[in-house]
Amino acid sequence: MTLFDFWDVLVLGVVLGSLYAVIAIGYTLVYGVLQLLNFAHSEVFMTGGFGGVIALTLVVPVAAPSLAQSAGYVILGICTGALLGATVAFFLEKVAYRPLRRRNAPRLVFLITAIGASFFLYNLAGKLFGRNAMPMPRMYENRTVFTIFDTTINITQLLIICSGVLMLLIVDHVVNRTKLGSGIRAVAQDPEVASLMGVNIDKVVSRTFILGGLMGGAAGFLFGTTNQVFYTMGFLPGITAFAAAVLGGIGNVRGAMLGGMTLGIVEAFTVDVFGDAWRYFGAFGALVLVLMIRPTGILGERVARTA
Amino acid sequence: MTATDNTPTTGAAGPIGSKRAAEAARLRRTAWYANPRFKRLAALMGVALVGAQVTGEQGTNRDIFHAMRENMTGPGLWLWVGACLLIWVVREFLRAPVANAWSTARRAGTGPAERARTVWRRDPRLRMLALTALLVFLIVLPFLVSRHWQQVLVDQIAIYVLLAIGLNVVVGWAGMLDLGFIAFFAIGAYSAAFWTGSLPVAPPFELNNFAVIPIAVITCLVAGVLLGAPTLRLRGDYLAIVTLGFHEIVYLMAKNWVEFTGGTRGASVDRFSIDLGFFSYQWGLDPRPYYWLQLGFIVALLVLFIRLEHSRVGRAWTAIREDEVAAAATGVDTVRFKLLAFAIGASTSGVAGVVYASKLGFINSEFFIVLFSVLVLSYVIFGGMGSIPGVLLGTAILIWLPEFLRDTVPAQDRYMYLGALLVIMMIYRPQGLWPSRRRVRELHMAEEGTATRAMPAAGGRPATTGGDTPS
Repeated sequence: MTLFDFWDVLVLGVVLGSLYAVIAIGYTLVYGVLQLLNFAHSEVFMTGGFGGVIALTLVVPVAAPSLAQSAGYVILGICTGALLGATVAFFLEKVAYRPLRRRNAPRLVFLITAIGASFFLYNLAGKLFGRNAMPMPRMYENRTVFTIFDTTINITQLLIICSGVLMLLIVDHVVNRTKLGSGIRAVAQDPEVASLMGVNIDKVVSRTFILGGLMGGAAGFLFGTTNQVFYTMGFLPGITAFAAAVLGGIGNVRGAMLGGMTLGIVEAFTVDVFGDAWRYFGAFGALVLVLMIRPTGILGERVARTA
Repeated sequence: MTATDNTPTTGAAGPIGSKRAAEAARLRRTAWYANPRFKRLAALMGVALVGAQVTGEQGTNRDIFHAMRENMTGPGLWLWVGACLLIWVVREFLRAPVANAWSTARRAGTGPAERARTVWRRDPRLRMLALTALLVFLIVLPFLVSRHWQQVLVDQIAIYVLLAIGLNVVVGWAGMLDLGFIAFFAIGAYSAAFWTGSLPVAPPFELNNFAVIPIAVITCLVAGVLLGAPTLRLRGDYLAIVTLGFHEIVYLMAKNWVEFTGGTRGASVDRFSIDLGFFSYQWGLDPRPYYWLQLGFIVALLVLFIRLEHSRVGRAWTAIREDEVAAAATGVDTVRFKLLAFAIGASTSGVAGVVYASKLGFINSEFFIVLFSVLVLSYVIFGGMGSIPGVLLGTAILIWLPEFLRDTVPAQDRYMYLGALLVIMMIYRPQGLWPSRRRVRELHMAEEGTATRAMPAAGGRPATTGGDTPS
C-alpha cells in the first residue's frame, strides 16, 4: 500500500496508456471493417517486440552510443517492429480470414480461427526464440530528460509518449483524411454498398490489417523497451487494449485512443494502490464492468449492428 | 472527319485500331508470377518455410537466430519443400487421374456405407446393442491398458470429456463462444477444497466430497448467471471477451489471494470417500475406481443432455443458434435460454472441478490457466460442435495423440499444433470430425447465402488470389 507521488503514477499511466491506445487502434479498425474480434492482434504486437530485438541484435549497439546512433537504433527498432507486425497482420488476413470471408462463414468460425491463429503464432515465437524473457538491447543511456511537478521523466517514457502520440495523429489523419480512410469507413458502414460504389473490399480489408499491424508492431517494440520481450507478452496488453477499444466504443478510432489512455492510467493507479500482483485486475474488472454497464463505450459505437 | 472514325469496326483495320488491339492484348496478358498456378506454388513454398520452423529446433533466448539458422540449413526444410512441391505437382498436373481415382474409391465405398447407415437408422435395437457393447468396453478398458494410460484416462481424458460435454452445450448447441470455461472448473475445484476443509480458511462445516457436488453446481450456476445475465443481452462476440476477462480475474484471485486459496503453492484436498454406515469406501491412489466414478458421471450427464437436446429447450437453442432474430420474433425468450445454456455449461464445469480436485488430492492456481479454456474449446471444435459422439471422439483423440507422440514431439509444441489445427479445421472442415447433420446443413446454408448477407464477403477480384483458397 505504498502511495507514490500522484504525478509519478500519472506519468506511468500515460506511458502505458499511449501504448494501449496504439494497440487498441488495431482492434478497433479490424472490428470496424469485419466485425471481428481479432484475438491474434496481440500476437502482432508480440512480433513487433521480437522484430525490434532481432534488428538491434543484428546491428549490435555499441557500448556508448552517440546521440545520432541512439536515434538511429530507436528508429530502426520501431521500423522493424512495425514492418514485421504489418507482415504478420497481412498474412494473417490473407491466410486465415480471407477464405472464411469468401465462404461467408458464421461469426463463431471467425472467432475460433482468430483464437487458433493467436495460439499458433505465440507458440511458434516461443519455439523459435526460446521461452524465456529477453531484454531489448540497450540503445541509449536512460537518463532523466526533465522534471515536471517534481516528477522525473526519462528518455524511455518520453520516447513512448511522443511516438505514441505521433502514431495516433497519423492514424487519425489516415482514417479521416485519406482515400484509404474513406474506404475503411465506407466498408465499416456497409460493405455491400461500398463494393457497389467501387470500393475494392479485399484491398481495403487487407490494408486495414496492415495499418493495424504497423501500429501494433511499433507498440510491441516500445513495450519491449520498458519491459522485456517474451513469447506471451502479447496476451495481457492485448486484452487490456481490447478492453480499451470497447471502453471507447469499438469501431471508433478516437474512442480507442481515449479508452487506451483511461485504462493505462487506471492500471498505473491499481498497481500503485494494490501492488503489482493485481496489475491486470483493474483492466479486466474495467472490461467486465464496461461491457455490463455501457457496452457502447464512452464515445459510442459507429457500427450499429446488434445481431 | 467522318463519324465512323471512332467506331471499333473501322478502327480495327486502321493503325489506331491495331494499336488499341495491342494495348488490349497487353492488358489481357498476365505476368508469369500473376498466374494462379505460380501463386499457389509460392503459397506452398511459404507453407514449407513456416512448416520447417514449426517442426524445427527449439530456439533459445541466448542466441535468437539459432533456431532459424538450424531450420534453414537442416534437412527439415528440404523435406518440407519436397513435400510441398509434390503436392503442387499433383495438384496442378495430375489433377484428373487423382480425382478420378478418388471418386471411384468413393463410389465403391458409398454403397455399403449407405446400406449400413439405413440399417443403423432403422433399427433401434441395433443401436442399443452397439451402445451397450461400447459401454461394456469402456467399463473394462482400464484392465486392458497400462498404468500410465490409466492415469491419462483418469486425469485427462475423463476430466476433459466432462468439460467438453459441458462446453458443447454452450458452444455447440446454443452457439455462444465461452472462453472462460475453466474459470468455473476452478470455482468447482476450490469449492471442493473449501468445503472439505482443505483451504487455509476453515469452512463453517465440513462436508464429504460427494456432498460438495451440489454446492459446487449451485455456486457455478450463480456465478454463471451473474456473469451471463448482463452480457448475454449484448452482441454475441462480447461474451467471448467477457468470459476471457472473467477467467483471468478468477485465475488472478486463485494466484494472489494466498490467504484463501493457497496461491501457487496450492492446497491438498481430501479424496473421494463414502461412509454410509453399512458400507464405506475410500478412493486411494489406484486410478481405476476414479475412472468408473467418472464414467458414471459422464454417462449420467450424457443421458441428461441428450434428453435436453431433444426437448423444447434444445429446439429453442437450435433456433437461437441458427437465427437469433428470427427465434426472438417467433417467441423464443432468447436471453433466458442462452442464460440457461450458459449456466448448465458452468455447472458441468463445476462438477468436473470437484471431481478433478478430489482425484488429484491437490490443487494450485496453475491448474486453471487460460490455456486450458482454449484447449477444451479446441477439443469440442475438433470433434464437431453440437455432436455428442464427435465431442467425445475429438477429446479422446486430441488428448491421446500428444500422449502417444510425447517422445517424438516436444510437450510445449503441441499447443502450436493445436492452434494450427484450429485454423485449418475452420478453413477446410468447420463442421468437425464427426459433425451433427444439423450443423453441416447450417454451415452449408451460410455458404449459400454468400450473395445476400451483410457480412463483408470478399469482393473485388474473385479470381486473383487463388493461392490461399481451397479448390
